[in-house]
Amino acid sequence: MSATKGWRSWLTTTDHKRIGLLYFWTAFVFFLIGGLEALIIRAQLARPGNTVVSAETFNQLFTMHGTTMVFLALMPLSAAFFNYIVPLQIGARDVAFPRLNAFSYWVFVLGGLLLNASWLLPHHPAPDAGWFGYANLTSREFSPGPNIDFWLLGLQILGVASLAAGFNFIVTILNLRAPGMKMMRLPVFSWMTLVTSFLIITAFPVITVALVLLMFDRFFGTHFYLTSAGGDPVLWQHLFWIFGHPEVYILILPAMGIVSEVLPTFARKPLFGYTVVVYSGVLIGFMGWGVWSHHMFSVGLGPIADSVFSATTMLIAVPTGVKIFNWLATLWGGQIRATSALHFAVGFIALFTIGGLSGVMHASPPADLQQTDTYFVVAHIHYVLFGGTVFGLFAGMYYWWPKMTGRLLGERLGKLHFWLMFVGMNLAFFPMHFIGLLGMPRRIYTYAPELGVAKLNLVSTVGAFLIGASILVFLINVWRTRKRGKVAGNDPWGGATLEWTIPSPPPPHNFDVIPTVASRLPRWSMTQLTAIPEGAELGKPHAPAGSWWPLVAACGLPVLALAPLTHTLWVAFLGAAILITGIYRWAFEPFEV
Amino acid sequence: MAPAAAAAHHTSLGLDSRKMAFWAFIGSECLLFASLISTYLIYKGRSLVGPYPDILNIPFTSISTFDLLMSSLMMVLALAAVQRGDLKWAKMWLFLTALLGMFFLAGQVYEFTSFVHEGLTLQRNLFGATFFVLTGTHGAHVTVGVIWLLTLWSRALRGKLGKANALTVEICGLYWHFVDVVWIVIFTVVYLIQ
Repeated sequence: MSATKGWRSWLTTTDHKRIGLLYFWTAFVFFLIGGLEALIIRAQLARPGNTVVSAETFNQLFTMHGTTMVFLALMPLSAAFFNYIVPLQIGARDVAFPRLNAFSYWVFVLGGLLLNASWLLPHHPAPDAGWFGYANLTSREFSPGPNIDFWLLGLQILGVASLAAGFNFIVTILNLRAPGMKMMRLPVFSWMTLVTSFLIITAFPVITVALVLLMFDRFFGTHFYLTSAGGDPVLWQHLFWIFGHPEVYILILPAMGIVSEVLPTFARKPLFGYTVVVYSGVLIGFMGWGVWSHHMFSVGLGPIADSVFSATTMLIAVPTGVKIFNWLATLWGGQIRATSALHFAVGFIALFTIGGLSGVMHASPPADLQQTDTYFVVAHIHYVLFGGTVFGLFAGMYYWWPKMTGRLLGERLGKLHFWLMFVGMNLAFFPMHFIGLLGMPRRIYTYAPELGVAKLNLVSTVGAFLIGASILVFLINVWRTRKRGKVAGNDPWGGATLEWTIPSPPPPHNFDVIPTVASRLPRWSMTQLTAIPEGAELGKPHAPAGSWWPLVAACGLPVLALAPLTHTLWVAFLGAAILITGIYRWAFEPFEV
Repeated sequence: MAPAAAAAHHTSLGLDSRKMAFWAFIGSECLLFASLISTYLIYKGRSLVGPYPDILNIPFTSISTFDLLMSSLMMVLALAAVQRGDLKWAKMWLFLTALLGMFFLAGQVYEFTSFVHEGLTLQRNLFGATFFVLTGTHGAHVTVGVIWLLTLWSRALRGKLGKANALTVEICGLYWHFVDVVWIVIFTVVYLIQ
């Protein structure tokens, strides 16, 4: 079965490029949903004493906004690029485990749907305890409804998707490189994908345990996070942030990788200090494990813990700063072409630096105690995750859009998109620094006029709607260039890496002949990379086979999750049966890569 | 066709991709068990009511531990048999590995039941909660391993487990030995060091 036409072929596809597109569009829809939630939040906060939504709905909105953006939008948008671009950059015909890749995607979709299905039930019991779901807000006593159940079950399912993708990309990058593609010749985006994948496979088991313990507390009457029986809510905080801080780097490292591809292409210069950039990324990956308690200074862990985590947090700014200087030095003296992609990449550097600086401010416990749980932290996280990750991802979209679709996005609309988003982002999030320092706590549904933050909040709301408008411009751009966009050809930018040696979009087998790589910038240092060597014997072109079984196996997980939600045992058996059937048929079906 | 076929099996690091993925999986599992063991240690001695860890039956569990260690030996022999294409002994050793795994699980069922009779449940205290979730997760891993081994055994019975499948058996072995090693850590931390 290797059909490449019709809707069925999308359900069974194992082609990394098609899975990349599926990831992209699914994640983009979730990005729009999360953005809509943010706009409702900002509408509610536009003026004091507003009544757009109730307090309960507001709790659900900020919880689902955070959860959706982190797990359903930013991570999978990065995964879309891992899927589409990494095999092309390393000179491979697919990922190491194409069916596991399809499984990751389907598990991600179904987990996201399960999480969001909570909006559709009567009384919309969407999760409402914040994206980091602190104990004991999440206990049965204080959250008797199914809200938290949707959250903890949905996140466990999404964890499976991330883990499977993590194993897949580690093996793909280490093992499927083209001849001559040594590790230190690997494009930085592929390197950052590798580091991110290692972070995923080590961080997700920890949150899985945290969620399993929560599940036992809620369904089986244990007391892991309940003080009434000697349990400790701080255990949740430790487990969550041991995952949560590496997760921050899971979100930012791919964007750093994208920027490290875009800047050299449009400055027409090799990345300044490639080795240092790569090693800084690896170092950030390691050090990301030693800073988690800076999220918990207000717990009162004692002076020793506070000092240690304060020091490690300041230290991790060093490799990050190194990267920023390397990016700037890449631009220095380059032949700069100010494309939309470059706009977003440079925007990334500026905004991420601001977010990094407020991050270093949090590293000092006395300062952090003033800022924690205020809008200052909201400002910080949005400078790193919106100004950083989202700008980086958009840089990647403008850069690789021609490779993925065969047509370039419009530059004029692209720049309009950039400026609207850049101005909107700063209007929305910069005032939050002041709103926070003036004393407005985060996660409250309204505030009194006497607090004196009404004007700043209105500015922030205007900024948020500007961001919304910029996204509309992007969608219009996508729509208009769908048919009428400039045809890309193999290499519209003059890029240095292997993905630009092949047609756009690439054929199912990617490379007619796997190239032999002799330098870090193959397109810039040699010609005729894809020329077929004389006398070479050409094999049958790789046609990725399709399979239903990853989809079937993935369907087992949400069915399993329905068992606790509906308190029905037979549903658990049904889910297990579907999962096991899927896995067995998958294991024993003939499948040739 | 020959070069293409060769290319399909070529890997950059010379290590089979499935095996590498499995090592990564084991690394990931280490973090899973590390989190559970840490939770156990953090809550050690913090139960407000009994039963306390002194109800653990070290002689009985030593036998289970020995049983699981021996199953690892059987696994090594099973792999060796498959690698030399000896289907007869492959069947034997695979079955014995699974059987010892099932003995271990039976021991765990017995242990859990007797603890419940002594009043130790998931809900009773922190010791019960941490103990059952930690050892239960391990037991679930053993169960998956037993199912995997029985699947390989049934393949062997139908004569479909030749030398070409040695890698499949080797990866199953990696899993089995890993689950065994985790048990040695749990046995030491939970049972021996009280």
